[in-house]
Amino acid sequence: MAQVLPDERELRRVIGDGDTVADGEIEGLGEQELVDLYRSMVVLRTYDERSVIYHRQGRIGTYAIFWNHEAMQAGSVYALERDDWVFPSYRESAIGLLRGMPVETVLSWWRGHPSGWWNPLDYNVASICVPIGTHVPHAVGLAWGKKLRGERTVAVAYFGDGATSEGAFHEGANFAGVMKAPAILFCNNNQWAISTPISAQTAAETLADKAVGYGMPGVRVDGGDVLAVYEATREAVERARAGDGPTFIEALSYRAAPHATADDPSAYIDMERVEEERQNECLGRYARYLRRIGVLTDELEERIRGEALQAMKDGIAAAEAEPPADPELVFRHAYVNPPPSLSEDLAELKRVLGNE
Amino acid sequence: MSEKTLVEAINECFHVELARDDSVMVMGEDVGRAGGVFRATAGLRDRFGPDRCVDTPLAEAGILGSAIGLCMAGWRPVCEMQYDAFSYPCLDQLITHVGRYHWRTGGAMEFPLTIRMPYGGGVRAPELHDDSPETYYVHTPGVKVAIPSTPADAKGLLAAAIREPDPVVILEPKLHYRTMRGEVPDGEHVTPLGEARVAREGSDVTLVAYGSMVPLSEQAADELAGEASIEVLDLRSLKPLDEDALLASAAKTGRVVIVQEAPRVAGFGAEIAAILAEKAILDLRGPVLRVTGYDVPYPYWQIEDAYMPSVERVTDAVRKLLAF
Repeated sequence: MAQVLPDERELRRVIGDGDTVADGEIEGLGEQELVDLYRSMVVLRTYDERSVIYHRQGRIGTYAIFWNHEAMQAGSVYALERDDWVFPSYRESAIGLLRGMPVETVLSWWRGHPSGWWNPLDYNVASICVPIGTHVPHAVGLAWGKKLRGERTVAVAYFGDGATSEGAFHEGANFAGVMKAPAILFCNNNQWAISTPISAQTAAETLADKAVGYGMPGVRVDGGDVLAVYEATREAVERARAGDGPTFIEALSYRAAPHATADDPSAYIDMERVEEERQNECLGRYARYLRRIGVLTDELEERIRGEALQAMKDGIAAAEAEPPADPELVFRHAYVNPPPSLSEDLAELKRVLGNE
Repeated sequence: MSEKTLVEAINECFHVELARDDSVMVMGEDVGRAGGVFRATAGLRDRFGPDRCVDTPLAEAGILGSAIGLCMAGWRPVCEMQYDAFSYPCLDQLITHVGRYHWRTGGAMEFPLTIRMPYGGGVRAPELHDDSPETYYVHTPGVKVAIPSTPADAKGLLAAAIREPDPVVILEPKLHYRTMRGEVPDGEHVTPLGEARVAREGSDVTLVAYGSMVPLSEQAADELAGEASIEVLDLRSLKPLDEDALLASAAKTGRVVIVQEAPRVAGFGAEIAAILAEKAILDLRGPVLRVTGYDVPYPYWQIEDAYMPSVERVTDAVRKLLAF
């Protein structure tokens, strides 16, 4: 029987505060790996901050901000192997960058251009899931299906605190438990679902408690501590590969930015609290840790940030250089074998547009 | 060829298709140990093992949602929804993902899953065991829909669905699972999607039907023998739709009555009527009429016969049209 809560209610932490809380030990990560992890976070942070600017400039559409979520995304992906699958929600829209996806692909997605379509098989990153929590069963099904085929693939579904109220989350979690799927249900609990606080989302003491009902372990980790996230995910991956089934990870964080570019949180959130969280945001915490252990220098930081910024500038230029999408794409790929009526519609549209 | 009931033909299809392609798997509530509440999947668990005939938790969205992931892992899942109206929780996954995922990947990934369910009334069952939900499915882009009316087509259309690279929903007329017998080709048998069948040739009026309304329409045609020559067109596949067969029959008879068990408003019959208005107006000698279920919840079974299209209602519509 799976081990269950409440023995994991305490938040796991590795990174200290440089003052009264000492740094913990992290196994298996050398200096190079620690820098790689830092680079991953900088790539994500730069993507996010530039995207907000691009939105303000009218260069991308509405954008879901993930500022202060980088530790959860980078730490967990770093614990995976390349063959493992990632199922992002829109909050993890740029997570494919950690798998070699071009910046312009993600930007094109937010620009509503068909070049933002990607082939999930190229990166083992599923398409961005917009309806909340509905991709949890997809990740579970993939993990289960790979297990049936004798492969050792693990799948991770990312979702927020609000998703734990959705039926699809519960059905997916239940399937994962019953099928002993090698899946990780990764909940980034940033404590807000647009304007709905976690207290209005659940009466459970912690979200990780929900794992009990599905016969899987639930662990809680400080979502602002990239090393703790990495370690918790690595353990979950090991369990999954050992055939011990799924794990629910609740990474606790705080949404220190608007839900999306169209949102004004000052109407519902205590902005002083937000400011506090911003002072303790995850990238800064990790950078200070790396400086304490002598891994990060000004020069290295500047170089990594410079490279990430350049990649964004190149990416937006490439996205904007995409030719306008052909209206014919409206019809393409709706079906593998389209019904005949679609070709009639296309011919009619072309005639009306004068492109016959 | 051998004579089989409709549900036996479905069961045989599964045995053939699972043996033919080891990526085909069946999943659903009670499909394994019990062999399905109608025994459509009988013997599969014993023959192909519990990994290819999977008893799932009672969660229709979970079944269909995990089937999407199974497709991504290289499987061709066939999901059973135990009854028509029990399929509604799966609509979330169907609409938001099943019909879109191939498109969302720019055509890179295929989702060759099949959803099948017993549908329709007339079986004296409790509430929500009687619905005709085809409109919800056929209205969903990216999803195909077929409805057999004979044992041979029940086998052939299911085989076509399983082999199809697009997601397909098959609705099976449960009223005729065991009451209808017919000759069914042995071994592999595929009825291509998008090909209607002229169930009966005639020259005065076309009855357009699918599923359990086909045998009803044939009874009505019998009733009208000596009065009018009735053609019965069995659509078999709602999407893709065999428009050529529809228009050819309309051109031949000039009179069309659509018989549909589902409620009337925005039902599939409305689509047929619209196509005829757009493409066959000059062939028609009278209005396109519909005989359908009513826009009410499917009634308690003691009065369900008053809801169902009947031979009397169909013949009445035909006579009205002939007198137009």
